[in-house]
Amino acid sequence: MQPSPPPAAIEVLSAEKTYPDGTHALQAVDMRIEEGEFVTLLGPSGCGKSTLLKMIAGLLEPSDGRLLLWRKPVSLAGAAEQKLAFVFQSPTLMPWASVQGNVRLPLDLAGVPRTDADARVAGALKMVGLDKFASALPRALSGGMQMRVSIARSLVTEPQLLLMDEPFGALDEITRHKLDAELLGLWSAKKLTVVFVTHSIHEAVFLSTRVVMMAARPGRVVEEFRIDEPYPRTAEFMVTPQFSRYAKQLQDSLLRASSTAEEGGGS
Amino acid sequence: MSAAPLPLLRQPRVQRIVYPSLVAIVLIAVWQGLVVGMELPPYLVPSPFLMVKTLFTDWAALGSALLVTLEITVLAFVVATVAGVLISFLFVQNKQIETALFPYAVLLQVTPIVAVAPLIIIWVKNPTASMVICASLVALFPIISNTTLGLRSVDPDLQSYFRMNRATRWQTLVRLRIPSALPYFFGGLRISSGLALIGAVVAEFVAGTGGSGAGLAYQILQAGFRLNIPRMFAALLLISLTGVALFALMAWATRRALGGWHASESSHD
Repeated sequence: MQPSPPPAAIEVLSAEKTYPDGTHALQAVDMRIEEGEFVTLLGPSGCGKSTLLKMIAGLLEPSDGRLLLWRKPVSLAGAAEQKLAFVFQSPTLMPWASVQGNVRLPLDLAGVPRTDADARVAGALKMVGLDKFASALPRALSGGMQMRVSIARSLVTEPQLLLMDEPFGALDEITRHKLDAELLGLWSAKKLTVVFVTHSIHEAVFLSTRVVMMAARPGRVVEEFRIDEPYPRTAEFMVTPQFSRYAKQLQDSLLRASSTAEEGGGS
Repeated sequence: MSAAPLPLLRQPRVQRIVYPSLVAIVLIAVWQGLVVGMELPPYLVPSPFLMVKTLFTDWAALGSALLVTLEITVLAFVVATVAGVLISFLFVQNKQIETALFPYAVLLQVTPIVAVAPLIIIWVKNPTASMVICASLVALFPIISNTTLGLRSVDPDLQSYFRMNRATRWQTLVRLRIPSALPYFFGGLRISSGLALIGAVVAEFVAGTGGSGAGLAYQILQAGFRLNIPRMFAALLLISLTGVALFALMAWATRRALGGWHASESSHD
């Protein structure tokens, strides 16, 4: 149907993960994520969504199968050229360093000259609306602001791929909605590819071009949904019938996934 | 912090000074009262007034003794800090080294220094050096255990972040491990500064019994032989004051080094 499909940013080729203690964290997964997609991995805890994300990031080795980023094995691509950035569940900031120092960290580690780095840090802080807090210490900021610092730190290297592991899970509902909307803005402005892990159905529908439903025990991919709704999406989108329909579909799928797991007797 | 300033006596900062001072005044008054009221002779218990007076009249002897004790304490503290930090770095570089050597660090800690001190004083000819060695042995362990713990107490996610950004071993050490370890390290310093003083006093006692020495402990020993109890108390007072001063100095250094970033050092809001 599509004459020339966009190039693949991520290819997961029957990658699976079994831990040394025998836990089957993730059954073999095949997945292709194109450049510019916003893919959400959705599922209950223990479904291996974080495991899959960490394998894409190169933080975990698959016990079998392969993962490619731009057609190169994960270990060689990505972080080395800083095309990939990872956002953790917690802000993961250095408490002793200022906001500016925290955001500059990846540039410092890569040996970017100070003046060049400072200009880029200022730009990244402006993007997340924290340019006035450059010299503040993390503990002086709210949880949502700390998360913004974390996002600024990931954007400062101008990555093409953003991997986010339940980044807003610990925030209150209002802050979470706000950051979701901001993230979508950054995604379209910077033409990013995003892989986003969450266990919130509403967040998944609101953000994604595609939702990958996963199930637990053993962790596996069960279904995929395209969310064919135009961007920019605003808060109004969340009260439309289409939104509810997507949410219902995902809800049913989630229930099916968890019931098969129980019948499968796999504990 | 709050809009309306609290009355002076309600401020925690003022209370921290006023309350202990009240206790001190009451204790000293009771002490002075008992000594005067029960007509206790100064060779049993000198009055606080006599103690302070002796401190001034005997300052020539006590002041130089204080300098000697301070010198040993400070040297021992520095030696223990440098050695302790080096040993900690060694421990975190390699788990096998830590597993092999840690029991000996514990052994060093649990062996009473009074029992080892005579040996060291016999083996090491220079009396100052021998006493410094004794005192640093006492002060060493908290630095090793705290710094090692600190160097290991790195946020695992931050560590992953450094790994993902291909940080070198050196970058990870300087930018992540050492700053993470600082609060623990300073906790160790605070304990060790007190221990260095205790170690110095113990070493002086042992050396003093052998006939050599010039520090405050030696003064106490000598004053004891001569039943010069007021001078004994004055020396004791000086040792306590030195300990308090060291502790305050360490607390100040900790505040300076950690600034506002660590929970233990930032004001409660």
